[in-house]
Amino acid sequence: MRSRFRPDKRPDPAVLDDHRALIRSLQRRKILRGGLSLGALNLLTGCDVSSSSSVGQALNLMSAWNDRVQAALFDPTKLAPTYPRSMILKPPKFNAYFDISDLKPVDGQTWKLELAGLISDKRPWTAERFARLPVSEMVIRHVCVEGWDYIGGWSGPTLKSFLERVGADLTAKYVAFKTADDYPSSIDMATALHPQTLLATRYAGDTLADPFGFPLRLRMATKLGYKNPKWITAIEVSNTYSGGYWESLGFNWFAGL
Amino acid sequence: MRLHPLPIRLMHWTNAVTMIVMIASGWGIYDDFVIIHGSHFPEFLRLGSWAAPSLLWHFAGMWLLALNGLAYLVYGMATGRFRDRLLPIRLGELESTVRDTLHFKIEHGDLTVYNAVQKLLYLVVIIAGISQVVTGLLIWKPVQFSGWVALLGGFQAVRVEHFVGMAVIVAFLIVHVLLSILVPSTLWAMLSGGPRVRT
Repeated sequence: MRSRFRPDKRPDPAVLDDHRALIRSLQRRKILRGGLSLGALNLLTGCDVSSSSSVGQALNLMSAWNDRVQAALFDPTKLAPTYPRSMILKPPKFNAYFDISDLKPVDGQTWKLELAGLISDKRPWTAERFARLPVSEMVIRHVCVEGWDYIGGWSGPTLKSFLERVGADLTAKYVAFKTADDYPSSIDMATALHPQTLLATRYAGDTLADPFGFPLRLRMATKLGYKNPKWITAIEVSNTYSGGYWESLGFNWFAGL
Repeated sequence: MRLHPLPIRLMHWTNAVTMIVMIASGWGIYDDFVIIHGSHFPEFLRLGSWAAPSLLWHFAGMWLLALNGLAYLVYGMATGRFRDRLLPIRLGELESTVRDTLHFKIEHGDLTVYNAVQKLLYLVVIIAGISQVVTGLLIWKPVQFSGWVALLGGFQAVRVEHFVGMAVIVAFLIVHVLLSILVPSTLWAMLSGGPRVRT
């Protein structure tokens, strides 16, 4: 099964491979724990294909302007419509920048969630400890930037409750994510604190399956699909913009619904 | 006073460029998840080599489309141009124009008077343009405007409506461009202003 999210013509993957060895060596040195921002990692991996020309630069400026317009349009109290459990699609649709055959499952036994940035309690979380957090559930519409959609049922602690528990600076601008599939992502704090923004561990009542982000993924009712990183391994609260995987290839950063 | 005063000409050609940008980039976005199974727009007709640049073009062009369109609507209503040129549309006149056209009797001696079919087509395309801005906004922000999305039949229904709006505008454009080539004085009028009219 091939992900429809992948464009027919992809930018040359070599631009990502150039720095892969370097990133791996940086990760070996536990760079995140050392406090280097996720944004710096993204700068290493990212490439801005469309900013090479003046037209591309103008388009990127408009996209940055659209980020600001969307932040203004975003109503933190507006809830996305929810649906009955009977409408949940089982299983959900697989989506990544790679084929499902290239999936590398995360070992829940050794998995740790690391914390960085403007967070007072940065102790890493194990799956067992994370599972003891109070859980919210939502049945919401997943909207892909391509135009397709489906109804999914997600549960897990709200990102807000988690950020409060670890003593994050909730006045910071960004919450950034690092994942096992090298898919950096970042969101605005207003959306991070929205009640329909979950750190999901379950789908349709069952433990999240490997293709859909086991053991931990982000699920937001107020953003497009590609803004929801799967297989999360680290969370950083920051005031520094760090973009994301598709964003560095030209997709809009805010991507609010 | 000219048939097409300078503001109209500026807005017309701004809109012409913007519409081409919106349609061609929209086709690039459409191709990632088609509405009509098996139908794709060929690559040479698309603006943007894949979805990301097509989306960048579309979400930049939307500002020009909406602001230029708003200026046109305000101008058309404030100056009375819509009332003078596009109204009234009489059913009988519509029938006779269609009948004459089918007999290849196309009256175009006086550019300053629009026949009933012209009036109707201009009204339809103006409404289609407004509809595109509205349905486009709803596809962009289906959560913030969830009530409107539900009213129009849900997310996928609004996508189809946005697609149909495009099809109406493209159909208009084909007729519009063909007629302006058949009667070049109309094209010249949109560049130079055309004959003088009483205000």
